[in-house]
Amino acid sequence: MSLRIVSAALLCLAVTGALAWAVLDRPLPEENLPERVAAAMPESGVDHPVTAVLLNFRSYDTLLEIAVLLLAVVVALALREAQPDRPEQMGLENPLLRAVMAWLLPLILIVAGFLLWAGSYQPGGAFQAGSVLAAAGVLLRLAGVTTAWLDNATLMRAGLALGLLTFLGVGLLVMIPGVPFLTYPLEYAGTLILLIELTLTLSIGLTLISLFRLTPPYADDPDEAREQQGKTP
Amino acid sequence: MSSALVFAWSGVLLFGLGLFGFIAHRHLLRRLLAFNIMGSGSFLVLIGLAQDGRGVDHVPHAMVITGIVVAVASTALALVVFRRWYRASGRTDLPEDT
Repeated sequence: MSLRIVSAALLCLAVTGALAWAVLDRPLPEENLPERVAAAMPESGVDHPVTAVLLNFRSYDTLLEIAVLLLAVVVALALREAQPDRPEQMGLENPLLRAVMAWLLPLILIVAGFLLWAGSYQPGGAFQAGSVLAAAGVLLRLAGVTTAWLDNATLMRAGLALGLLTFLGVGLLVMIPGVPFLTYPLEYAGTLILLIELTLTLSIGLTLISLFRLTPPYADDPDEAREQQGKTP
Repeated sequence: MSSALVFAWSGVLLFGLGLFGFIAHRHLLRRLLAFNIMGSGSFLVLIGLAQDGRGVDHVPHAMVITGIVVAVASTALALVVFRRWYRASGRTDLPEDT
């Protein structure tokens, strides 16, 4: 046992040392990416380089990332067990959290909206806004608020897929004049990016919330689980 | 020593710590935590090195933003799988291959 730990420690030290040396002694990239991004900024439709890279120059990457998120939820949905959702048993129900949530919730929603809007000219965007939205959902659940409206399966699935579908739809629609996939026309680029970001925010928020909700409080003990499964048909 | 190097070395250190935790621990939750630390380390390397003499490179920044959200989603998915495994087998670790 201790031999395993010692050899693991030695291995990790060696890897860390090699990586540190590699980082110290790295060649400059051949391609001058900062210059190319700066040169292409006027054609992007937004004023912040990260958003421009994310949703215009490298939008293919972002499209596939959203597909990965959707895939994670689909797998989690397939793996969840048929069991009642019991938000009242989250174990954190206390009046203080509920009271604070009443104050925090509007603030969280405003922050999410601001982050989404700010993405076009300063740090912010769909991923940050979606994460903030998801944090609101998780807090609500921890406070013991029933979120039964999330149980509407059709609506939920539509919401989860909305971001990817909009992204794909926009990407395909711009092909009509004969340009490649996801090449936005200059005059509509800003509007299209905002539309995509809006739907992405919703979908990312819903994705993270439903990943959290898919593990409801329940008996984790295998024996107990078997007992409960025996009771319910 | 530039600040970029400080960030990159911190990231490398985090990666090494995570790797050690990943190998040394058997409990699946600890392994998941260690894996996340490794991921954070590599994000820090990407962000830290995204600046050379020619200005700040925004392409790795965009990559890391999507990477963080995907890491959160995959962690949640791993937790769902682990709970299922625990309920099916009653074990918190994976059986040894040997």
